[in-house]
Amino acid sequence: MTAETSSGNTSLLYRLFFDKELRSVTIQVITMALIIAFFFFIVSNAITNLETIGKGYSFDFLWDASNYDINQTLIEYDSRSPHWKAAVVGILNTLLVAVAGIILSTIVGFLLGVLRLSSNWLINRTVYVYIEYVRNVPVLLHILLVHGIIVNNLPVPKNAMMAFDGTLFLTNRGFYTPKPLFEPAMWAVLIAFVIGIAFTIWFKGYAKKIQDATGKIYPVLWISLGAILLFPIIVFFLAGMPLSWDYPLLQGFNFKGGLVLRPEFVALWIALSLYTAAFIAEIVRAGIQAISHGQTEAAFALGIKPSRTMQLIIIPQALRVIIPPLSSQYLNITKNSSLAIAIGYMDIVATIGGISLNQTGREMECMTIVLGIYLAFSLMISAFMNWYNKRMKLVER
Amino acid sequence: MKLFKTLAVSAAVALASTSGVANAGTLQDVKARGELNCVVTTGVAGFGAPDDSGRWAGFDVDFCRATAAAVLGSPEKVKFVPTTGKTRFTVLNSGEGDILYRNTTITMSRDVDLKLTFLGVNYYDGQGFMVPKALGVTSAKQLDGASVCIQTGTTTELNLADYFRANNMKYEPVTIETNEEGQTNYTAGRCDVYTTDASGLAATRSTFDHPNAHILLPEIISKEPLGPAVRQGDDEWADVTRWVLNVLIAAEEAGITQANVKQHASKAGSNPDINRIVGTEGDFGSMIGLDKQWAVRAISAVGNYGEIFERNIGVNTSLGLARGLNAQWTKGGILYSPPVR
Repeated sequence: MTAETSSGNTSLLYRLFFDKELRSVTIQVITMALIIAFFFFIVSNAITNLETIGKGYSFDFLWDASNYDINQTLIEYDSRSPHWKAAVVGILNTLLVAVAGIILSTIVGFLLGVLRLSSNWLINRTVYVYIEYVRNVPVLLHILLVHGIIVNNLPVPKNAMMAFDGTLFLTNRGFYTPKPLFEPAMWAVLIAFVIGIAFTIWFKGYAKKIQDATGKIYPVLWISLGAILLFPIIVFFLAGMPLSWDYPLLQGFNFKGGLVLRPEFVALWIALSLYTAAFIAEIVRAGIQAISHGQTEAAFALGIKPSRTMQLIIIPQALRVIIPPLSSQYLNITKNSSLAIAIGYMDIVATIGGISLNQTGREMECMTIVLGIYLAFSLMISAFMNWYNKRMKLVER
Repeated sequence: MKLFKTLAVSAAVALASTSGVANAGTLQDVKARGELNCVVTTGVAGFGAPDDSGRWAGFDVDFCRATAAAVLGSPEKVKFVPTTGKTRFTVLNSGEGDILYRNTTITMSRDVDLKLTFLGVNYYDGQGFMVPKALGVTSAKQLDGASVCIQTGTTTELNLADYFRANNMKYEPVTIETNEEGQTNYTAGRCDVYTTDASGLAATRSTFDHPNAHILLPEIISKEPLGPAVRQGDDEWADVTRWVLNVLIAAEEAGITQANVKQHASKAGSNPDINRIVGTEGDFGSMIGLDKQWAVRAISAVGNYGEIFERNIGVNTSLGLARGLNAQWTKGGILYSPPVR
């Protein structure tokens, strides 16, 4: 073929379309040009049309007062604050539910994944049914279901369910617990905690060195726990317990004071976590099953304890299979959190992409911001998971 | 997923606008299409909702039908485009709808910044509060610390924030996307109070199992003149639609009803006001690009303003709204149509 083309018409234009190698380049260039032209057309059209009806593209409105209130704010915010601050409140609320969801779904998912492999018929069938049910119902329905259960079944604040002697109140307006108030001496405890962590990092390296040199194994886990938890607790008591509690009290319509988990947050958190946990369970099961049983037998034959077999041989290899699909589940939970608006959880879509958009009429600008933020979140999660994945690979080889 | 939907909508808007937005000539477009695209709500009892047989009915819907009757000759030549509070302006501005009749409050920023042209007021409303009777609250001033359910995408959030701040009270806003979800939250006791325009509260209450267990508080905390809108920049279309609204109000004042409009139109009577409306004197229809019978068709399709009111939301309906501010200026209200002359 190549002989033919080179012997025939060899002008560049001819070769661009008939030479096998050059042709693929030509096709790619044309495709790329078409795609760019398409997007250019869309964007320029939108801009022209916005200009025709006299609406510019400007982010100046972000500095105007937002004029609306938000019920769950992690930073100080009121109706006098500017729109950008409303956006930040929304971003933090999205982050909060995403991070809390990732943690809970990972724990529940790993648990279910392991139970799914249980040799107990009843347990593994129950988990199997649960996973199949959860995976095959849209997540929005789960969110509405959990929210409905909380709002309809829990009592109003006046008849709040009390647990643990007045320290936990369950109502359909939220779960109220006492809020810790730190006194100055609490710094000592915090410093003790940091020292504990630093010690643990150092001790882990030291123990490994000793093990490499002499084969002696230290109980690293217990000593670390002692340093990180026990040490600060001792300091806490020595400093005279520098902590007081702000208890929630029923005043008028609602509880005042204390910490509150609102039903919207709880519903979104639980529903997203349980939904994603079902997927993670399957990923974990696949990961564990990917490691041949011969490896376990080989480890036992060498006299390695079952716990260390799991820790040193099975888990590192299983993680290699688990991490890549796990990353996409973490991305899903973050993106699915945008369903928050259905139940009135004030995330980024509900604040800047919802009320602000509607009040200012700046749909293009607001949507650009929301898009940019989700993109940034997703890329950050991907970057972290890729880094972690790489790290796990190196350990294995 | 929600995000994806929004993206899709934005893309659709961008694409829709590629057809070179009909900024002028909406009247010609509507006539050529043979159908009026009327932007309405997704469902507010009495104002705009599909009835048991799936036919759109309601106060705002009847104005759409009157417009279609005047322009196209039949009240059935309407395609209703249901929108949420959030999407309504985008849908109108992208050219997907020709006119917006959707409990929309006229505000300066919407008129100017959102590039709309408001045609007048078809319902004078104000934001109110609804509470369960059992709560024992009799005034909005007693609501310090309450949880308040709000339907998002309206002027409601702003009025509420202003009212509570002005009265130095605290509240927990529970902001809900749709009226249905808002109702669910309110009836389940997630909130103590439900707030929106007083007409909307009456509409919501009428759908409850026990409407009498809930009361509307006396305070009306805002002015909410609700009116129709069209895109800015098409004065011809704005004139047509504005005068359909005006003529329905003027017809009530002049005493022209659905029952007697044909009779009035059959031959010129002694009252010149009536004659001008029904086209037996002068030719006002051609001024707005229609024929002499335009108002007759609109009135015989749905009746005059008073008839539309009483049929959909008046005291004898489940909403039970009194005319109040919406009575004719001659009857103690502020409804006042410029003269057809």
